[in-house]
Amino acid sequence: MSATIARPGSLHRQRQWTLWGSYTALSFFVVVFLVPPFYMLMTSLKSSAEISAEAGNPWYPHSPTLANYMTLLGSDSFMRYFFNSVWVTAVVVVVSMVISILSAFALSRMGFKGAQVLSTGVFLTYLIPPSLLFIPLFQIVGWLGLINSTWVLVLLFPTLAVPFATWIMIGYFSSIPKELDEAALIDGASYMQILVQIFIPVALPGIIAATIFAFTISWGAFLYPLAYLYSADQVTLTVGIVRDLIRGDVFAWGMIMAACVIGAAPPIIIYTFLMDYYVAGLTAGSTKG
Amino acid sequence: MAQVSIRKVVKAYEGNVQAVKGIDLEIADEEFVVLVGPSGCGKSTTLRMIAGLEEITSGDIAIGGEVVNDVPPRDRDIAMVFQNYALYPHMSVFDNMAFGLKLRKFPKEEIKKRVDDAAKMLDIAMLLDRKPKALSGGQRQRVAMGRAIVRNPKVFLFDEPLSNLDAKLRVQMRTEIKKVHQLVPTTTVYVTHDQIEAMTLADRVVVMNHGIIEQVGAPQELYHNPATRFVAGFIGSPAMNFLTVKLVSDNGLYVELADGTRLAVNPARIDRYKPHAGKTMTLGLRPEHLTETHTNEKPGTAYLDATVDVTEPMGMETMVHFFIKGEPVCARVDPLTVAIPGQILRLAADMSNMHLIDNDTNKVV
Ligand SMILES: Nc1ncnc2c1ncn2[C@@H]1O[C@H](COP(=O)(O)OP(=O)(O)OP(=O)(O)O)[C@@H](O)[C@H]1O
Ligand SMILES: [Mg+2]
Repeated sequence: MSATIARPGSLHRQRQWTLWGSYTALSFFVVVFLVPPFYMLMTSLKSSAEISAEAGNPWYPHSPTLANYMTLLGSDSFMRYFFNSVWVTAVVVVVSMVISILSAFALSRMGFKGAQVLSTGVFLTYLIPPSLLFIPLFQIVGWLGLINSTWVLVLLFPTLAVPFATWIMIGYFSSIPKELDEAALIDGASYMQILVQIFIPVALPGIIAATIFAFTISWGAFLYPLAYLYSADQVTLTVGIVRDLIRGDVFAWGMIMAACVIGAAPPIIIYTFLMDYYVAGLTAGSTKG
Repeated sequence: MAQVSIRKVVKAYEGNVQAVKGIDLEIADEEFVVLVGPSGCGKSTTLRMIAGLEEITSGDIAIGGEVVNDVPPRDRDIAMVFQNYALYPHMSVFDNMAFGLKLRKFPKEEIKKRVDDAAKMLDIAMLLDRKPKALSGGQRQRVAMGRAIVRNPKVFLFDEPLSNLDAKLRVQMRTEIKKVHQLVPTTTVYVTHDQIEAMTLADRVVVMNHGIIEQVGAPQELYHNPATRFVAGFIGSPAMNFLTVKLVSDNGLYVELADGTRLAVNPARIDRYKPHAGKTMTLGLRPEHLTETHTNEKPGTAYLDATVDVTEPMGMETMVHFFIKGEPVCARVDPLTVAIPGQILRLAADMSNMHLIDNDTNKVV
């Protein structure tokens, strides 16, 4: 189409083509991303016999059963892993968010010498891949006597979560007009009151985005727990699944998948709950005084 | 009692930029003072130093007789209204106005009473439950004022509160601010770059330029007796005409325009101007003092001929633009006057309202 003269309906048609394009691309991604979880869910509902039989259509369970889930939920070690993941993540999220909110506030608002350099530095540390760090960290952790203690994760995960979370929060706090804190300062607020009563509520979408980020780092981590933890009472869910449900070359697929579903449930529930805020958080800067 | 004293106050930003270069100003209790001047002249900086948002490099600021140089903003008992309103976006109008009182631990009933009173005065009583984003610009401005009023502070500070509003609303809110000051007489420092706002609101206007105070005075005084060339040109709209002239003493005292026309100096001013005879100076004459000729002219009128360049009929009057040896001049004539571009129009200059400016000092002599 080389028509430069706008014919009636041509804009409409253009828009339709764009929509078609978008839907096709999006459908493709939806399929690619959702097939594995779907297969995971289906497999988790099959008995070991049905899985190993390899007969019939593999996309749905022929005789659905909750046996895998029952076994897992009745297993002390599995519940232990799950609980470890929960408390590690809870502590990591709280610690990371407290540190990043405080540091982002200080870096973006207190205006001390070197704040600019420091905020760039904070961000740069985020660019170092964690997988490069775990060997040197092993020495430090060993020196601290924390090998095979879940506390090592509580110590290490914030170092991964804080830089990026701080960076998100700095962006958010910087988009809050300076007059807002000045007005609050004149109204009689202390810096702490400004942070708690003005900045945190106004930057809530950003805080939620950063929280989800910290949550994901801790909940989904595999490398560090694998490297530093080994005994059953210290291991977290991700490592626990591999540890218990794969024996040599025997994969308990049904239970692995059920464990994955249980492991994926908390993030899914949290994301769904916070989705609106999260999306708002990704389109930062939408706060305006 | 809350007079504000500014003594030899200097503000230097990093890199030794002096934004305010040692100003002195005494503001009386309940006085409405307007700081006016072009962009970057240091008005906001001065205001923010009074508020305590900006540290003072040297000098003293006292509020109610107490030097507040090292007192934090919240203990200065001031309230400030910002250009962009700075309302707390997550709080309702009520909470915005109540925030300062809550922080100061006022009892609930007292807070409610004060907010309700202020809301009534500002005509925003029906908006108390709304969030700022559901308000129009004018309504936000009222809330910002309400937030200042409820605190019942010693001093109100305004930094260009109306410049985000459209022209019509600006005029309306200007009246509103004046009304509030009459209802709640409080020492007020108001910053604007709009000289009309300054003239209409102020008890006294402070004209600033390049970090210094050019002149302080009542609006009429600044208008009729500007002290410097800058004030003469800044106050008044359309602006005063400035013409290069020679002061000649030749059987009386005359200002000689660049084209040779001689305008006789008003006899009452001869003694005042005589010492400058022979010098090249600048004549300042407002457009309204350069008019069409009348049959019975008042004494002290001089005449000149203008070749009309452009006319602007405004309804009540017509502005006539022309040049004298390349210098633009504007006259304000009766709309019935025949002024045709290219033709010569005889104009009457009211020399009793002339100003003579020394080109070396830029001071009005
Ligand atoms: N934080 C700062 N750091 C350095 N220079 C500054 C700072 N704030 C203001 N200035 C400079 O100080 C001078 C006065 O600024 P100020 O804001 O007081 O001007 P203003 O009279 O309020 O102007 P406007 O009408 O544009 O608001 C300006 O030249 C400005 O560039
Ligand atoms: Mg300003």
